[in-house]
Parts: sequence; structure tokens; C-alpha cells
Amino acid sequence: MQTLEYTAPKTLKDAITLLAQKGDAARPLAGGTDVLVQLRVGRRPQVNTLVDLKNIPELTRLSYDPREGLYLGAAVACCHVYEDATVRRMYPGLIDAAELIGSVQIQGRASVGGNVCNAAPSGDTIPALIALSATCSIAGPNGTRSVPMEQFCTAPGRNLLQNGEILVAVRIPAPAPNSGAAYLRFIPRNEMDIAVAGVGASVVLDSAKQRITSARVALASVAPTPLFVTAAGQALAGKAVTDEAAIQAAADAAVAAARPITDMRGTIEFRKQLVGVLTRRTLHIAIQRARGA
Amino acid sequence: MTTTAPAPEYSVIGTRPIRHDGLDKVIGRAKYAADIQMAGLLSAKILRSPHPHARIKSIDTSKAAALPGVRAVITAADIPAVASDRMQDLGETAVRLRFLSSNVLAGNKVLYKGQAVAAVAATSAHIAEEALSLIKVDYEVLPPALNVLDAMKDGAPLLHEDMLMQEFGQRTTKHSNIANHFRFKKGEPADGFKQADVVVEREFNTAAVHQGYIEPHAATANWNVDGKLTIWCSTQGSFNVRSQVATLLKIPESNVKVIPTEIGGGFGGKLGVYLEPVVALLAKKTGHPVKAIMSRTEVFEGTGPTPGSYMKVKMGANKEGRITAAEVSLMFEAGAFPGSPVNAGAMCALACYNLDNAQVDGYDVVVNKQKTAAYRAPGATHAAMAVESVVDELCENLKMDPIDFRILNGVKQGDRRVDGPAFGKVGFMEVLQAAKNHPHWKTPLTGKNRGRGFAAGFWFNAGGPASCYIAMNPDGTVSLIEGAADIGGTRAAIAMQAAEVLGIPADKVTPTVVDTDSIGYTSLTGGSSVAFKGGLAAYEAAQDLKKQLIERAAKIWETTADNVEFEKGEFKLKPSYERKMTFTELAGRLLTTGGPLAGRASVDARGVGPAFAAVIADVEVDPETGKTQVLRATIVQDAGKAIHPSYVEGQMQGGVAQGIGWALNEEYFFTNQGTMANPTFLDYRMPTALDLPMIDTVIVEVANPGHPFGVRGVGEVPIVPPPAAVANAMKRAIGVRMTDLPMSPGAVLAAIQAKGNGKR
Repeated sequence: MQTLEYTAPKTLKDAITLLAQKGDAARPLAGGTDVLVQLRVGRRPQVNTLVDLKNIPELTRLSYDPREGLYLGAAVACCHVYEDATVRRMYPGLIDAAELIGSVQIQGRASVGGNVCNAAPSGDTIPALIALSATCSIAGPNGTRSVPMEQFCTAPGRNLLQNGEILVAVRIPAPAPNSGAAYLRFIPRNEMDIAVAGVGASVVLDSAKQRITSARVALASVAPTPLFVTAAGQALAGKAVTDEAAIQAAADAAVAAARPITDMRGTIEFRKQLVGVLTRRTLHIAIQRARGA
Repeated sequence: MTTTAPAPEYSVIGTRPIRHDGLDKVIGRAKYAADIQMAGLLSAKILRSPHPHARIKSIDTSKAAALPGVRAVITAADIPAVASDRMQDLGETAVRLRFLSSNVLAGNKVLYKGQAVAAVAATSAHIAEEALSLIKVDYEVLPPALNVLDAMKDGAPLLHEDMLMQEFGQRTTKHSNIANHFRFKKGEPADGFKQADVVVEREFNTAAVHQGYIEPHAATANWNVDGKLTIWCSTQGSFNVRSQVATLLKIPESNVKVIPTEIGGGFGGKLGVYLEPVVALLAKKTGHPVKAIMSRTEVFEGTGPTPGSYMKVKMGANKEGRITAAEVSLMFEAGAFPGSPVNAGAMCALACYNLDNAQVDGYDVVVNKQKTAAYRAPGATHAAMAVESVVDELCENLKMDPIDFRILNGVKQGDRRVDGPAFGKVGFMEVLQAAKNHPHWKTPLTGKNRGRGFAAGFWFNAGGPASCYIAMNPDGTVSLIEGAADIGGTRAAIAMQAAEVLGIPADKVTPTVVDTDSIGYTSLTGGSSVAFKGGLAAYEAAQDLKKQLIERAAKIWETTADNVEFEKGEFKLKPSYERKMTFTELAGRLLTTGGPLAGRASVDARGVGPAFAAVIADVEVDPETGKTQVLRATIVQDAGKAIHPSYVEGQMQGGVAQGIGWALNEEYFFTNQGTMANPTFLDYRMPTALDLPMIDTVIVEVANPGHPFGVRGVGEVPIVPPPAAVANAMKRAIGVRMTDLPMSPGAVLAAIQAKGNGKR
């Protein structure tokens, strides 16, 4: 029997103090779509306190600034992200991921920050955010720090937050001119499922929109953590947007980097195949978006 | 759409009134089994086996019983011993009583992971759950037999050491996991194959799939000091629960009252008891009412799916397209106890075709998995996946149109099934013609990696006993009392049949499903029987009432009944028709002219009309990922007579939806250790709304002569053709014939790659 205490601090400072005091016995709560399920099935037996972060202004803010880029408070629900006209226009690659987590009802509660903190290998927003060069703004008892998204997850269900630390916001730079991004995942059904494999990609094109200046590719569900594949991006730098061989080389690099397992959701072979296919398809969409087509 | 215009002779039958139970369900007021609340109610939780196969050496419940808040702990020792091999009818299947008892609470052995071993009643669900962790069960773990072919091998671990194989109706001396091997034979298949120009032989495997009803099992029991037991539960058969519980607990049936709640789906899975005897025993032991609710995981792990299977089909045809011979072997995983639906599957396998030379072998095989239960046309979908795939391949080899081939070989009135019975009036030809004429079939399918498949299916349908009571109210409405759980809109369908006889609108009938003490015996909601048998009972009860009303009108007019005519809700005095009374007027006068009136009937409906259906499915397969999308699906089905066409269409669409789920992604995914790895709706993938196209329906009406309105059952046959139709469509889309279910993306991709490597 698990008796729970629920608290809803109004300031970041109070939340940090509380979490630092309670240690592993406390768990931050945003939408609760992961943590409540985990508690119910007994997967977090040490937790006796839920710290609701939705009353803290820094965590519920969603704003865009042409110089600073996007400030995405960690407790902002997916539906607020994809219903925001500016975010839709500036970050279609993030929208791809936010729109397919769970179901419409889930998206009304689930936050992007929660998806990141849950640190599932299959977390859909994480590869999309890595592709977009997002950073994590963290606050804790010893002050604040910022880390690249690709360093945030450390193992299945684990992230680098230290005792008392909170993911306050995800920040995404303003999109470079002539850039585009996309996220695709493969699931056997068409909704309410977990990625068998997922790929986020972004590209920046030259001013003529003919050549790829730089690219970033990240993968879901094929390693203990979402995986940033620098080799895939390198395979594309300087190549023509129509260079299918380069895109295939990026896909091959992604397949080579993937180290999936076989489980009920897919075999190693199947997942590797999917990574190749999805990398190609995601890059095509990202390039198309960058060209404004 | 219906192929026939609304019958002008009817005023209610064939219309689409709002269902009587709709409002409560839409606004969330309908009471389901888990909604039952009462003073002093205790919560029960079930301890389940962590092993697929183990001997129970001892169970120590003392620590659990000592936990504050715990009121009782029970094990199989609390169930009266059942020594005999007496059979207990479950409606669509049957089981030996001692096996049913072991499935409720395991005796000396556990035979699947998830089997109930002990139960606790406590003042809260949390305490009950905590108490489960204090029960110490000492298991001697045994090697399991985890799939049908392994379990059939000599030397396989035996689930039931004392079980002797039954073969061709005789008990052999062989100890085996094969509970039964039987054969149906007609003509001489070997001779038939000699006449064949084309022979196709294929093997098929299908995974166990669950009915997936949205409402988990729940039951509440109260055992009074006078020995009267009341049970509230979600069931497809309240009288069935009454008899199972009474027999298992060795108490008189008349001491048990079963109150059926609203039911959130069953599809065959809510016929056998699981929780009901357990909460009854806990209620007896504690003197309190006790409620148990299963979690979804318990539903998956502790209740019956439909079997996994291995099947082999060989069929031959001559150049003219006549099937000359067929041989079918069906090996079904019964689960922990004998009683898979392999018999029904074997009888349905070749039922669509008029064959001179055919043989069907069936094997009922126990394995260390959940005891299987009925699921919508039990056994027929498996068999159709195999037979309809082979028929499709014959058509390909002969370059024949799949519908024309079936018109040439399909059964008509008078033809005999391989297992013996001859068909009465059936509508298979009409179904095939309607499919052939449908715009879906006539519109070419274009586009890469797309294909169209066709498959047919048969289901017997069932009848049986049903009772109905119709009481007149003073305002001209009637109250209709019935005993069959309403799962698919049968309250409306039954009320409409009474309304038709009484000449009143359907909304003047208030139908209520009542408990086992409040209506005559009514058999279960299964076998697509309720609109047929319940409708017949309502028809007879309404006729009984009508006769009495005519007599009352005669009495009021001081004449004899033969001088009163009843037409369109009006009583008229013959011959001049000067005096008239409406139904409502007469209703208002009953109490002052001789007292209230009610009609009643208890029937044993035997004139069952079997059902045929055909499905056209268009698919697109992504050759790089193996993912299949069903683009368009049409089902054509003979309903006999669609009482409420919307609910018939709903059944047809629901059956196709479940069939597509079975075809593409649903499966019990077992680890090598015999654990179901996906006991949640996240990883047990039923189709969502986004996974299905709008499913077109065509109701064909070839009246069943055994029912006053021509009703055939409609609930089950629509699930039979879809998996084969999808497989046949995939063959045309990507050139790969899939023989194993589910045809999930990984499996399809592997098959595409194997073909590319020349291995297929």
C-alpha cells in the first residue's frame, strides 16, 4: 500500500528545497501521465511525495523571442505547444513529436519536459529536441546550469538531474534561415503506441537552398537513451539537397550507430531496418521544409 | 445500406428507433459490475501464479490472515471437492467441473501464469493487496508445454497426469496433452485429389487473442445467514452463472440469485465464472458482502483468450474450378484445461463449400496457458484464415475470380456439411451476388503496393430457451421483462418485435433485463441467439397479451372475441366497425373491466438460421516497414431480417474491426518462460479508430423460416472472414502470402525480405 503526499509549491525555490529534503522519496509531477502510471504499478516504491510543478511560473511559461528562441517551460502540456501558432510555424519538427505522444487526452496533460525527464529510450520529443539543438535549463540547490539535450538522458528512465534539481525549461535556438526539421516514429498502429524506432532530423541549407550546410540526426528506441548520431549529420554537410547517396549514407550511419535490443515490440534487425528507412524519410521532410516547399 | 426496401408489411421491424438503454449509457449513469456499492462491503484481491507450470506443495495464509483489516483468506481447500468428471455447460463451450473448479482457484497444481491460487477479503483494496504479499506458496516448478506442436510431442511435460487421450470418440490408454482427436469425413479425399488439376497445401499458425471487452470482470456477492446467495456481476448469462456457482459450491440453484449488471462487452469471454465463486466464498466466510474487480492485466493473464493454433489445409480443384477434395487439420491450444473451440472450428472450416470428398481433423491440446474461452464465432475465424487463404490461392492458380469461384462451389439449401447436417434455407449465394454487385468490388483498385482481398465465412448461430413477460400499463405503454444480458442492442431488438405484434411504437415498450429470480429461465447471450430466441419469446408473449386484450375488448362490447379485430393499434367491432378503441384507451380501462393483463412466454427456440458473410478488403503495405493499412472494407452479411438495421450494421462493423485487429497486430506475446509479455492495452494492440477505414455494410435478408420475422443471428459471423480477406489482399499487394497471424509489420517485412532472397 502506497500512501502519497501531494504538494504544490508556488516558487521554484520552495520546490527545490522540498525535493532536496525528500531525495528519492519525492518525485516531481507535471502532467503525471508517466509518473502516476509508474506509481500505480509499483515501479517507484520509494516515492511517497509528489511535488506538483504546475504552479511555478518558470515552468509554465511558453514564449518565443527572435533572438533568444523558444522558452518552453518544463510543465507546459503538449497541447499548448502544438496549439501555439508561433511554435507551429517556427518548430514543425517539435510539433511532429508533441502531436503524437499518447492520445489527444494524454496530450492535454503530458508535458514535453516530463517526456524529457522520464528519459525513456522511446521518448518521442527527445530526438526531435536534439535535432533542434535544444538545451535543458536546470535549477537546483547549487544554482542553475544548462546542458545540451543529447546529454540529459543517462540510462533508461534516468537523467543527469542531481538531488533537488529540476528541469525548469527546454530552450531551442531560433531557427536558422533556410532550416527545417522533422520527427517520424514507427508504430504498428497509428496512435497510442510506443516508438519501435523514431528519428528526429534537422538541416540547415545554404542561401540558395541547394546544399546542406549542416544536419543533425537523433534516434529513439534503439539504444538505452535517445541517441545523437553526429556521423549522420557529417555525412550530409556540404552535400546537395538532391544527393540521395548522401542521404543514404546518413541513414547508414544512423543504422550503424543504433544498438537496439530484441523485445516484444521488435527485433534488432527490424529496428535497424526502421532506423534506415525513417532517417531517409525524416531527412526528406526536413529538407522539404527547409526549402519552403 | 440494405439490399431490400423496408418491408411495407411492418411498422416497427426494420426501423431505427433510439435504444431504450442509450441515455443512461451516454450520460454515464448505467450501472456496471464495478459500480455496485453497499454497506459493509469488503474488497477482494486474488493471488495469482507466477509460474506457468508448478506443483503447489503448500500454502501458508497465516500471516495474511493476521494482517489488520483482513477478514478472510481462501484457497482451493475452501471449495467443496469435485471428484467427478461431470461436465459443466458454459454455453458455447463445456468444461469438466473439476477443471472449472481449478480454474477458479488452483488445487494441487498451477497450469498457467496468472491462474488464481488464493483470495483475500479485507476492509480496503490496499490491505487486501498487501495481504496477498504475505501469503506464502511453496511451488515445485515444472517444465511447461508452451505451444501446441511441442505439447503434442511424446515426452512433452504433461499438464494432467491422469488425462487419457480421446480419439475418434473412444478413450485410449495414452497419457497425452491431446485431450481429444476427432475426424469428420465425407466421401474419399484421396480419390478427390486424383481428379484435381491444381492442389494447394499450406500450413498456418495463429497467436492467441483476447476478446478485449472494455469492461474488466467484476463481481460482488452477499451470502445471507439463511443460505441465500446474491451475486451482482458482469456476465453474458445470469442463469449460467447461477448454475456454475451452485454446482461448484454444492448449494441448491434456487439459493442463488444472480443480478446481471450492464455489461461492457463479452464476445464469449464472460460465460465461464472466475470471480463469482470466489467472492461468494469470501462473503460466506466473512458474513459481509464482498466485491472483486480485475485489473486489465488480470483480465489478460487470468481469463480466457481464444486459442493459438496450428493448421494445415490441402485443397484440390479441377480446371473448371470445382473443388474436388479438401483436407483440413486443426490443432488448437485449449490452454490449461481441455475445451478449445476446435469442434466448432472443424464444423465451420469447410461449411461454405459443397464438397463430395473432404476430411477435417481436430485436436484439442492442453498447454500451459490461460484456459481459452469462447470468442465471437469460436474457432471459425481460425479455420477461415486457413481455408479461405487456400481457396484464394486456388483461384490465383486457376486465374478465376474469387467470387465466381465461390458461387460455383458455395453451399445452397440441401447441401451437406462435412460433419453431416444439411443446410436449410441459407443465403450464401445472395451474399456472394451482393458482394459481386457492390461498387467496392466493381471499382478497380489502383496504386503501388495495394491489393484487394476477398473471403467468406460461416457461423451456425444458436437458439435455446428464453422467457419474456409483458405487462400492460394504464397509459398504453407496456413493460417488457427479459433475462438475457443486452450486449449488442438486444433490448431494442426484442422490444421492437413485441411492439410490432402489439401495433405500438417501440418507445411505448420499456424493456428491462432482470435477475434470475424475476423471469423464467433464459439461456445466455451467446451464439448470436438473443434477437432470435428472445425475439421469439417476446413475439409469443405479445401474441398472448394481444389475445387477452381482444377478449377484454369483446367483454367490454358484450360480444365474443371473434367479433373483435385488432389492426394498427386499434380494436374494432366487426362487422360494421362502428365501435373502436385504441390500444391506449383499452389500457386505461383494464383495471375497471376485469383487472390487469400481462402476456408471457417461455420458449425453446429451435428454428435457427445460420449466417454467411463475405468481406472485401483493400490494403496498402509499406514495403520498407511491413506496415499494413486497411484502406477500405466492405462486409456483406445475411441477417435473415434486420430488426434494427443500425445495430445489425454495428455488429457487422464491430466484427470486422476485431477481425482486422486479429489479422494485423493482436497477439498474446509469450516469453520463452511462458509469461505474457504484453498484458496491457499499450502492447496488446487492438485497432484504434485511426487504424480502421469506415466499414461499409450490406445487409442481405434471406428470411429464416424458423422465426416469425425471419431473424438469423448477426453477432458472430462478421469476425470470421476479415483475417483471410486481409491476408488475401496483402498477397495481391506485395506478392507474399502470409500464413501466420498476426501479420504484424515485423513479420510482413521478414516475409518480404525472405521473398527478395528467393526463400519464399
